[in-house]
Amino acid sequence: MTDSMLIYKIILCVIVFAVSLGAAAYMTWGERKLAAWLQDRVGPNRAGPLGLLQPIADGIKMIFKEEMIPTHSNRWLFILGPCFFMLCACMTGVVIPWGAGWEAGGTIFPMQVTDINIGLLYLLGVVSIGVYGVMIGGWASNNKYSLLGALRASSQMISYEVAMGLALIALVMMTGTLSLKEIVAQQDQGLSYVVYQPLGFIIFIICAFAETNRAPFDLPECESELVGGYHTEYSSMKLGFFLFAEYINMFISSAIMASLYFGGYNFPFQHELGLDGNLLTAVQTAVFFGKIFIFIFVFMWVRWTLPRFRYDQLMNLGWKVLLPLAIANIIITGFVMLFMGKLG
Amino acid sequence: MMQLTNRSMQVAKKELTLMERLYFPAIIKGMLITLSHLFKRKATIKYPDQTRELSAVYRGQHVLKRDEAGAERCTACGLCAVACPAEAITMESAERKKGEESMYREEKYAKIYEINMLRCIFCGLCEEACPKEAIFLTDRIVPSSFTRGEEVFGKDKLVEAIDLRVDVTKRQTPEVLDFKTDKKHYHNQTFLDKKK
Repeated sequence: MTDSMLIYKIILCVIVFAVSLGAAAYMTWGERKLAAWLQDRVGPNRAGPLGLLQPIADGIKMIFKEEMIPTHSNRWLFILGPCFFMLCACMTGVVIPWGAGWEAGGTIFPMQVTDINIGLLYLLGVVSIGVYGVMIGGWASNNKYSLLGALRASSQMISYEVAMGLALIALVMMTGTLSLKEIVAQQDQGLSYVVYQPLGFIIFIICAFAETNRAPFDLPECESELVGGYHTEYSSMKLGFFLFAEYINMFISSAIMASLYFGGYNFPFQHELGLDGNLLTAVQTAVFFGKIFIFIFVFMWVRWTLPRFRYDQLMNLGWKVLLPLAIANIIITGFVMLFMGKLG
Repeated sequence: MMQLTNRSMQVAKKELTLMERLYFPAIIKGMLITLSHLFKRKATIKYPDQTRELSAVYRGQHVLKRDEAGAERCTACGLCAVACPAEAITMESAERKKGEESMYREEKYAKIYEINMLRCIFCGLCEEACPKEAIFLTDRIVPSSFTRGEEVFGKDKLVEAIDLRVDVTKRQTPEVLDFKTDKKHYHNQTFLDKKK
């Protein structure tokens, strides 16, 4: 790796980090605005024009709140929980290809921090580790509400990871690679994978809702039953970290869905437009963000439409419906590939 | 049973069909409903920036009027306090001294006049009872406060300023004035009328 490439990668790292944090901050604003609109209200409109400074005001408020660590809690684990959750949320952004690549001085600078050949596996791994943040946080609080919330959260996330992984296996059978860059590049010409894997996509999006603890699967945080869920004892910025990491997760899973099933940064007729390399990359990145925001909108739209599942319904859906469907999807995909002669 | 709305539906407990058990059609239906609300007119009135349109005869915060010369009209007769169903009005009268003729219209005046805005139900019976055209309800909204004590309005808040008169013409129509002089009503009768 040359020096210029190293510097570029560091800059890109910082940009990806900043963008996911910034997007998460403004998603809190977007969520509140959208919730208001869907309920015929106006939403935050006091801080700045259209309430655009609201996330900053919220952040300042969070930081200046009194920090409380319960005496009964395990102090270090209590602090570790939100840090871990946040870290895992931020780690996922590195394997996502945000665009094709810039060309300068004969070298191509890819719009991806690192293209590891097991990118998809890395994503699933990091997401699984993220559960520990919730578990550690809930357990270290030494509080029955936190513990119940953490139990619910971890069992939900672990259950849905199974169906999610199996839904991805059918996709991987078609792509023949785990590298996200490759998967997106394969969708450059022809149709996106959602056309070949509609069932897989539906399973994946349902699991993504459950993985990010979003409604209708927001049982870990259901206020009406569990006080506050796994973060009952948290206050100040540690609570902020938990809430914030959830929004980062939402942003990243939208990006993953866009790149795996909807062609990532590719868009129809992109090569017929006659754009030159770097300009095309810029347009592609914009298109990719457009796709991400559509998915984020769906996330929020669903939250303000559907009521919460009961816990047994959640488990039934995960184990008795999605898991068999995902396995059936793998088998069907295998047979179709066999008869189409696509098998290597 | 009488039908209250035309939206009621006959319900029956039956097995769900496959389409219903799939949830998806119902979910999409629900999502379309919420989406349609995205474009609906918002019900909110952004209060300090916009104010709600009030009716012409809105009954808000009271005012104690002065006459054309600037003297207080109230003579502390207590009819408003008697008429008040919420017992929100209290007053204490005093005799006018020499040299105060420009301040008070009659020989007797209200030294203390208090309306408890937390008790008041804004019915307007006080202004109906007033024989001196002294008290009126206006379209001003009673401001909120942090303590109960602040909500007991004294003369400092009730009496209109000499140079800043409060317009009550909407509530002082000829019909109202006519009604007030009608001897058929008990409170419009003088001592001599009652003797008759």
